[in-house]
Amino acid sequence: MAISPKEVESLSHLARIQLTGEELSRFAGQLGEILSYVEKLKQAQTEGVPPTPHVLPLSNVFREDRLQPSLPIEQALANAPEREGPYFKVPRVIDPTR
Amino acid sequence: MTLRQIQELYRQKKSSPSEVAEGLLARIGQWEPKVHAFSWFDPESVREQVKLLEKGGPAADRPLWGIPVLIKDNICVQGVPTTCASKILAGFRPPYDATVVERLKQAGAVLLGMANMDEFAFGSSCEHSCYGPTRNPWDLARVPGGSSGGSAAAVAAGMAPAALGSDTGGSIRQPASFCGVVGLKPTYGRISRYGLIAFASSLDQIGPITRTVEDAALLAQVMAGRDPRDSTSADVAVPDYAGALRQTAQGLRIGLPKEYMGEGVEPLVRKAVEESLALFKRLGATVKEVSLPHTEYAVPTYYIVATAEASSNLARFDGVRFGHRADGKTLLEMYTRSREEGFGPEAKRRITLGTFVLSSGYYDAYYNRALKVRTLIRRDFERAFEQVDLLVTPTAPTPPFKLGEKMEDPLTMYLSDILTISVNLAGVPALSMPCGFTESGLPFGMQLIAKPFGEETLFRAGGAYERETEWHKREPKL
Repeated sequence: MAISPKEVESLSHLARIQLTGEELSRFAGQLGEILSYVEKLKQAQTEGVPPTPHVLPLSNVFREDRLQPSLPIEQALANAPEREGPYFKVPRVIDPTR
Repeated sequence: MTLRQIQELYRQKKSSPSEVAEGLLARIGQWEPKVHAFSWFDPESVREQVKLLEKGGPAADRPLWGIPVLIKDNICVQGVPTTCASKILAGFRPPYDATVVERLKQAGAVLLGMANMDEFAFGSSCEHSCYGPTRNPWDLARVPGGSSGGSAAAVAAGMAPAALGSDTGGSIRQPASFCGVVGLKPTYGRISRYGLIAFASSLDQIGPITRTVEDAALLAQVMAGRDPRDSTSADVAVPDYAGALRQTAQGLRIGLPKEYMGEGVEPLVRKAVEESLALFKRLGATVKEVSLPHTEYAVPTYYIVATAEASSNLARFDGVRFGHRADGKTLLEMYTRSREEGFGPEAKRRITLGTFVLSSGYYDAYYNRALKVRTLIRRDFERAFEQVDLLVTPTAPTPPFKLGEKMEDPLTMYLSDILTISVNLAGVPALSMPCGFTESGLPFGMQLIAKPFGEETLFRAGGAYERETEWHKREPKL
């Protein structure tokens, strides 16, 4: 399956990664090659076969709803690129010029 | 030295943890400039840990007292740079220990440092690292395999007697094969993943890389078992692995999956596996051919499931709470630039592919179909294990390849995992151990595969083979 640099660009937007023009065209070629390869799966007989998202026979593992110790705020913030008081700080969310 | 040998020296008071540590530091001084297996290393931290341990002395509840272990750079160690060999985690020091690290520390192990890897475990050669590639101690022009390449190379070069790796599609076993050491990918759920920086959550497992099967069992014993902090860690009793090691191969039913001995596998490797099977027969095992008919779908299934899960897992690296942050006038700009600057090419490629297979319009054709084929692959193993106790295959189709050989061709790189990937999709345990060398002295391994929670069978068979062979005793020369 072929994939165009334009499609790679829209994927990169969904994935929140800015790619350069050179990367867009290189990835388009490489992803196209990989996708052609995975086309092979169409040959497998999957009718009536349930999906396996997970190999263990587990669902909804709960613990008792009791308060437990968690990371102290200072430790949780220790790796923050930017902080203000007990919060992570980020650039403005809405661009007022748009 | 093996862990058992070190323990024996301690027991007889012929050596001490500080003597062993100094020996390793000297060895690292010689080998590390050539091999480049570490992503982080601090001799003073090693000396401090050893001093504390010696003060406390050995104890029955510290089975790894004074045993140095290297940790792969994607397993969190409190206060120690843990970066997944990625620029996006530059400077990250985890505020907590992974469960496996906590258990090693409680058992008295010494943490030797952090091991180089392919960025976020995306790779099979240890070339995709922000620290530069690790080299194979048996031939410095060749790759150590990946993604746990630093772990395997350090053990092979004698810079660490043991290391931890993680295995999503072969990342412990393939480098173990390339470096002539032992690597165990446990059953999915056998060892807690808490503190393992996630690549593909339904496939990832932590496991040991050691010189012998016996040593792998020793580390697995300490690390295995339910952990309330990992909801996918299984509540299944951990058997006595040392006991399993003492058993013989007498009566063991071995299957040879015919799909794993095809034309892609180098004749030399095929021959060595056949000779190993002949040895198992002499030890009292029976060998029959079996079939895992959906093997040809394993690589495409894997590269859909694994990249889908990776694209979701790696969304957390956004420059907000930890890691690299680029300037941006808005939040969106900060995200996209931080991720552009922080991720290497292979990470970007896989995130993009994963985003594609999960995107609406393609979800059913790719992701959902892959999950169904995964069921077929899992059933292949279930059927095989109705007939046999153990499967034996080559670990990798070839001995280690050269640096740069597959870097620009992702698909060819992916195909080097063709024999290890099904195991992760099925969630079964597998062990790679050395089974031969090429004429020029390059190692390669065979893979033993058992049914879920059948690690005992791997140790039993691997131990029996190890007692009869000398491959694990060879060492590379500088």
